[in-house]
Amino acid sequence: MSDTLNTTDLTNEQLVEAYRRMLLIRRVEENAGRAYQMQKFSGFCHLYIGQEAVAVATSTAMRDDDYMMTAYREHGQAMSRGVSADSVMAELLGRKTGSTGGRGGSMHIFDKERNFLGGWGIVGGQIPLATGVAWAIKYREEPKVIVVFFGEGSLHQGVFHESLNLASLWDLPIVYLCENNKYAMGTEMSRISAVSDLRKKAVSYDMEAAQIDGQDFFAAYNGIKEAIDRARNESRPTFLDVRTYRFRGHSMSDPATYRTKDELTEEQERDPLGFLYNALVELGAATEEELEGYDKECKKEAKAALKKAEDAPFPDDDSVLDYIYVNP
Amino acid sequence: MPEILFREALNQAMVEEMERDPDVFLMGEEVAEYNGAYKVSKGMLEKFGPKRVVDTPIVEAGFTGLGIGAAMMGLRPIVEMMTFNFAILVLDQMINHAAKMYYMTNGQYSCPMVLRGAGGAPGWLGAQHSQSLEAQYAHIPGLKVMMPSTPHDAKGMLKAAIRDDDPVVFIESELMYGWKGEVPSEEYVIPIGEGDIKRQGTDLTLISWSRMIHTCLEAADALAEQGYNVEVVDPRTLRPLDEELLFASVRKTNRVVLVEEGWPFASVGSGIINRVQRECFDWLDAPIEHVASLDTPMPYAPNLEKQVLPDVERVVAACKRAMYVD
Ligand SMILES: Cc1ncc(C[n+]2csc(CCOP(=O)(O)OP(=O)(O)O)c2C)c(N)n1
Repeated sequence: MSDTLNTTDLTNEQLVEAYRRMLLIRRVEENAGRAYQMQKFSGFCHLYIGQEAVAVATSTAMRDDDYMMTAYREHGQAMSRGVSADSVMAELLGRKTGSTGGRGGSMHIFDKERNFLGGWGIVGGQIPLATGVAWAIKYREEPKVIVVFFGEGSLHQGVFHESLNLASLWDLPIVYLCENNKYAMGTEMSRISAVSDLRKKAVSYDMEAAQIDGQDFFAAYNGIKEAIDRARNESRPTFLDVRTYRFRGHSMSDPATYRTKDELTEEQERDPLGFLYNALVELGAATEEELEGYDKECKKEAKAALKKAEDAPFPDDDSVLDYIYVNP
Repeated sequence: MPEILFREALNQAMVEEMERDPDVFLMGEEVAEYNGAYKVSKGMLEKFGPKRVVDTPIVEAGFTGLGIGAAMMGLRPIVEMMTFNFAILVLDQMINHAAKMYYMTNGQYSCPMVLRGAGGAPGWLGAQHSQSLEAQYAHIPGLKVMMPSTPHDAKGMLKAAIRDDDPVVFIESELMYGWKGEVPSEEYVIPIGEGDIKRQGTDLTLISWSRMIHTCLEAADALAEQGYNVEVVDPRTLRPLDEELLFASVRKTNRVVLVEEGWPFASVGSGIINRVQRECFDWLDAPIEHVASLDTPMPYAPNLEKQVLPDVERVVAACKRAMYVD
């Protein structure tokens, strides 16, 4: 049984590590939600809860010096690259110790050390930028790739289509990863897309495309890995329609009344954390006691991150005009 | 000094910078095989090959965004807009992405790119192809904006723009591509933010840039014949502005006329006028005069177009009002 369950090339240790990463993201996001409700910070806050397997499967399939770029629902993606809970939580609270020193905020996490390229707030706007990163990789003949994330709500922006065409035309090493969580704010996919099979979007750009179950860690990893390998080995782009679901509202102010309780319950039964938990136990990769132990650790780490962020100073008042120009 | 065309000066700047830095590349519509819509990039494909001189589909936002991403990685793209009328499609990329890169990432990433191409009204092109849109960029912290008025300035300024580590918007007067001027054969760079006195004078300061400098110089000649000695100041860079140079001239002449090809409301000129009146109020002997295009989309018929654009007559009249000699 256990031999056929893990269809990936990952070891049990790697799977456990991936699970811990997903768990940490979940606990940090839950804390972020609570901190928001307690008015420890304000603004827009888009939680990643429910989608954790997508980012972690991607990061597991990436090399350290590959690049990731994304939109504003990026706390989890940043942490999947190794950005610490401390640095994310401090950024949410606008602190000097945050990943962008309190200058970026919830939607704009960047970490140059980890090639994490943000954290962008204009729907679809980061897609051509990522295409340019792929251009630079190719220009310099480096063996790297970039994975760019965006929601299915971004698929009808002009720059998405402009970018896919350029990437295919110029053979760029990029993975266009659509996290299809069914809703763009309150708008269900069928109300905005003339096609339901999103792979068709890539057809007119002669680009490989696949639909992937993003709640099944193994399927997600295999599908994304294949696209990354294609980018690295053949310098060809791929479009991925990764099916996932967000368990919370679009942002903290969204009660998500556009979907039924039944739908949510049904989706929560496919919780990516529960999926991997069961698989790890079944594989004998970890015992339930061990997994519960990890959960305690992650909860502690998330709580400590919030506490540290609260204790950290805001950026210096006199820094407001810093970093407008490199050469002022 | 050799005399060359404005477009040739721009070409020399790009060629020299691409020769000295392999990270510089040129990208845009028709820049390579066609040699540029206005022949600014003539011969560059042959010299540098298709890897560094790149023809794109007609997707301004797409390839400008691509340039920004490449710049984020430390390359130095020169992204050509066939004209700045089409750059309206890239405002999201420039304003929401390029201009925010350095600040929003807390200094982790920067955007050393140049967005350049033709601007202004070339004549007979109607409303969608006859606009001076520098205000759209000069408004934005994080961007720099340069607009040369001579081949000499064009070359030195473009070299500085390419070498700079910030996003620079570089607007070239479409009408001037075929104009000639002296350009030294030895290398030179004109720093960003350094203005220039195009004509010395004592009675009044004319502030302008790009093609309108030439309208101002003609107006100054006409006024000289009537005994008035007018100074013409060209900031060359609109952001950051060479305020010291402007203020020093105003404090000397005590009278100011600002001339621009853009529309009068919420324009670069109105911004400069605001700065001058705040910083030089005690030196001013008359209200600042503002000569701009008429507040209308550009008509096609030449008699109407002529009314819209600032010309020597309007500039001379404004100068006389400011000198109370009407
Ligand atoms: C250009 C633009 N238009 C509108 C918005 C406001 N907005 C923010 S998120 C969003 C929904 C996007 O949904 P999707 O791309 O599916 O991503 P998700 O939030 O589901 O991760 C909208 C309309 C925006 N940020 N940018």
